[in-house]
Order: sequence, then structure tokens, then C-alpha cells
Amino acid sequence: MESEAAGVLPRVTTETLQRAASNNRRFTRIVERLVEGWVKLSAMAAIVTIFLIFIFVGREALPLLWEHPEPGLEHEVVTWSNLVGPTHYPDRPSRFMWQPVSNVPKYNLVPLIIGTLKTTIIAILFAGPLAILAAILSSEFAPRWAREIIKPTIELLAGIPSVVLGFFALMVLATWVQDLLGLRIRLNALTAGMALGLAVIPIIFTVAEDALTTVPKAYREASFALGANRWETAIKIVVPAALPGIFAGVVLGFGRAVGETMVVLMASGNAATTTWAFTDSVRTMSATIAAELGEVVWGSPHYRVLFLIGVLLFIFTFVVNLCGEIYVLRLKARLEGTRP
Amino acid sequence: MKKIARTMIAATAAWSMLASTAFAAGSVTIKGSDTMVLLGQKWAETYMQKNPDAKIQVTGGGSGTGIAALINGTTDIAESSRPMKGAEVTNAESKQGGKVKEIPVALDALSIYVSTSNPLKEISLPQARKIYTGAITNWKDLGGPDAPITIYSRENNSGTYVFFKEHVLQNDDFDPSAQTLPGTASVVNAVSKDPNGIGYGGIAYAEGIKPLLIKKDDNAPAVEGTLENAQSGKYGLARELYFYQFPGKNPAADTFVAWVLSDDGQKVVGDVGYYPLKK
Repeated sequence: MESEAAGVLPRVTTETLQRAASNNRRFTRIVERLVEGWVKLSAMAAIVTIFLIFIFVGREALPLLWEHPEPGLEHEVVTWSNLVGPTHYPDRPSRFMWQPVSNVPKYNLVPLIIGTLKTTIIAILFAGPLAILAAILSSEFAPRWAREIIKPTIELLAGIPSVVLGFFALMVLATWVQDLLGLRIRLNALTAGMALGLAVIPIIFTVAEDALTTVPKAYREASFALGANRWETAIKIVVPAALPGIFAGVVLGFGRAVGETMVVLMASGNAATTTWAFTDSVRTMSATIAAELGEVVWGSPHYRVLFLIGVLLFIFTFVVNLCGEIYVLRLKARLEGTRP
Repeated sequence: MKKIARTMIAATAAWSMLASTAFAAGSVTIKGSDTMVLLGQKWAETYMQKNPDAKIQVTGGGSGTGIAALINGTTDIAESSRPMKGAEVTNAESKQGGKVKEIPVALDALSIYVSTSNPLKEISLPQARKIYTGAITNWKDLGGPDAPITIYSRENNSGTYVFFKEHVLQNDDFDPSAQTLPGTASVVNAVSKDPNGIGYGGIAYAEGIKPLLIKKDDNAPAVEGTLENAQSGKYGLARELYFYQFPGKNPAADTFVAWVLSDDGQKVVGDVGYYPLKK
């Protein structure tokens, strides 16, 4: 009895264990598949969302091309010459006008595009050198402890809400810049561009810093072995090797600056001028949408033009960001490929 | 389980009924003109002190925003510093049903402001038009100092913007260099800080700046935007401020509007700095 029991018991136990194990495996597999499906679904959802946003924005803008105005609103019809050509006046020179609320609305996009380019260029000119030099310092010269302070601090700048940056620019930065340069106009492209630069610095810094640190150690060692000092190594070897990555950072920063809204809405003065002077007020595409979309009549030409601006912004940032990402990928492949 | 579910449904139903009756009992939403937001809030405050059951919510955003809200059915009363356009009225009536009623509730003397350091005292409407369309760009053309003029304007959802464009610019276009600011308060703030600035807005906001005397044309007498001049029409930039609503849709709103037009309500108008309607 005892031996039988002893013989049976272990066999039963093993079987049970095996069955339990196989059950367990099956259960694990189901869970794994569920999780996998969930992750895939999430990734798809992100892609589908972007795609749907694009379709929605385009669908609201495109009827401009074929839609006939409601009776009584014929003069509001939007034509190509209306979008890009100047308005002629009997008593003063022709001008590019953005004045959508008017007896004869003027939907000229030129001032808005110039305004966007102006603030963006200032932002890049201001943020680019600062961010790139900070990245070189952080990756090549700073001791470890300093690096551990510099990097997170600059990246923290990315976490400041843009409305707070805009508020700072409106109340503080504008006064400083005006007093320092003796400017006539308080809210201008320069102030807005500089505040925009603050939003862009962490983006350029992060990408440039990553590019610099991924340059293989062998490059630096070879340079030192040939008698170059740290400075020569950094400027002549490491920076050129990381240049595509640094460029990608600038391009990504450009994309952010083009689409940024709150800062320019608050600090740019929002006058739709077409001059290239950096001390004039400007009106950007993003700020125009933010200021005007809240009160337009749905489906009106004004509404469609605002969506058209949205489409332009979307295409612009999409292309710019895509170029930036492709450069980063190429750089990574090149550096990893040349590794011994 | 079923019991719990049933209780929950009953509770939700009771709550929603309670909420809807509370809404009907005295809740009124008012939305629109930034020029009128101070006035609206003061009215609401005074009214709610006298009628503790009433709940009046006032928000700004601009006359265009208020009218859009009336069209979309998201406000009981739209405040507007310009008359509603025919197309807007048709749009609102076809979307919401019923008839839109225009109720003038106060008078405003729109002012043209300059900095207190500016020696200029008066301006004619044709001169203001030339400044805002960019034909005059220096103060010395008006007898002031030799300094370029910085012009401040409003965002185009503003009723004040539309009124100024119609009555001062005669529907001409603003010069592109006109900075567009989000509210009368920002215009006043900007002009008070800029010795070469010029701006426009409701008279109630004129603090820290100098409202100019207005001449209807170059040869007309310079007139101050006082109560008498606004009511008699001597002042060139007097305008009515309006409520728009669908009467009968929300009884609480109707009672509120009636109170606003009463002597009590019109007294508040003077306290805020606007002018009561002529009787």
C-alpha cells in the first residue's frame, strides 16, 4: 500500500505539474498575444489619428476650390489673386492685406507667411548658436558632475508651458529689448522670436548633444594620438562628424518654431505687416488661427481660409520634421556602420 | 446588483431633473463684447444681490464670439457693441427657431486715446481715418511733436473694431502696421506706456491715458464724449450697446433684461462709466 501510494503520488504530481505548466504556458501565450495586440493597436491609433487630423483639416479647407458663395456673399469669394496678390487702392500704394473682417474681405497669406518666417528665423538665429555651444560644452568639455546639471536643466526648459513663456515675453522681455535697443514698437518680431528661441533651445540642444556623444570614442583617441588638443579635437573632429545630427536638431527646432502659437500670439503685436525689418510687429500663421477661429461663421470663406493656413502649417512642419528625422537616422547608421 | 443599478438610475434621473429645474429657476448665461464685460458683470452682481436665487454668468470674448454663441445656442443673451448683421439674424433664427430681439441697453462714447504726455487735445474723424489707414504717419502733421505714430487696434472679432472701421475708416482698410490687441484693457495699457501711441475703445476704460475731443469733420467744433453730447448725438462716436436674445426661451433671462432696462439697471450703467439710454 505504502509503496503503491508512494509510486502513484509522484506520477500524479508530475502529470498535474505538467498540465499546470502547459496551461500556464497557454495562458502566458494568450496574455502575450493580447498585450502585443494592444501595443500594436496603440501604435496604429497614433498613426490613424494623425492621418484623420490631416483629412479633417484638408476637408474643411478644400471646398474653397469649388464652393460657390451663398447669395449675397459673392464679393467674399476667395480667389488665388486674393490669397497671394496685392490689394490695389486709389489713394495709396498697393499692399498685401490680411483683413478678413471687412466689407470686401482680404485674405492675403503673404504677410502671415513673412511673419512666420521672420519670427522663426530670429528664433533659430537666437537659439541655434546657444544650444549648439551648450551641447559642445556638455559633451566635450564639462566634467561629469557639471554635465549632469547642464543637461537636465536645459531639458527642463522644454517643460515650461508656452503660455508662460509668452507671458514672460509680453511683460518682461519686451520691456528689456525695447529699452536696450531703443525700439519704437514694443511688441515686435525680435521679442517674439527670442521668446520662441527659448522654446526651441531644448530641442536643438538635446538632438545636438546626442549627435555629439554618439561620435565614436576612437575618433577622439586617434585625434589625441596625432597630437591634437581637446579644443582642436572637438572643433575639427567631433563637430564635423556630428554635423548632420546637429543640423537635424536645428531643423526640428525650426519645425517647432513654425507651429508654436501662444508665444507669438502674446508677444508679436499681431500686425500683418510685410516688411522684413525685425523691429516691426508681425502676425504669424499660427497666431492668426488661434485669434480668429473662435468667432468665424462655420463654413464661411474666412473659416475655410483659416483651415487652409492650417493645412500649409501642417505640410510645412511635416516636411521639415521628416527631413530632420531622416538626417538623424542616416547619421546613426553612418556612425554605427563605421564602428570597428 | 439589479437593485443597485435601479437605485443608481433613479438617483441619476432625480439629479438631472433637479439640475434642469435649478437651471430653469434662474440661470442665465451672457456672452460677448469685451467692451461690455465690465458692465455685464456689474449688472449680474447687483441683480444677484437683489435676487439671491438668480445665477447670471457673464463672459467676454468679443461681440462676434457672443453672436456666434447665440447662433449656436450656447448663450441666453449675446452682448454686442455693434448691431447684428442681417445674415447673422437669419442664421440664428433658422438654427434656433423663434425671433431674435435687439435690445439697446446702454450708450457708449467710443474714445480715441493718446498718451497723457501727448500735447494733442482734439482730433477730427477725417484725421483719425488718415492715421488709421496710414496716410498720416507722423504726429507733426497734426501739430504735435516730430515723432512717428504707433497705431493700436483690436482683433477682428471685436465689435469695437467693426464700429471703428465703419464709422471712422468709412469701411476703408486699417494700415497693416496697426497692432491688434485682444481687448480694450490691453489697448489702454499699450497707449499708456507708449508716448507716440494712439488707440480706441470704450470711454469707461479711459484711465492713465487721454481721450481726445472729437470733431465730426475738420471744421466742426471739438466735442467731449459726455453724457449730454452722447445722448444728443453731438458726439461723433456715440454708439448703442446691445443685448440680443430669443424672448420667451428662458424666462429668467427675460426677467433679467427687464430689470436691466429699469431705473435700477440703468443706474448701474452710470456707475461703470457708460451712459444710460435717453428716456
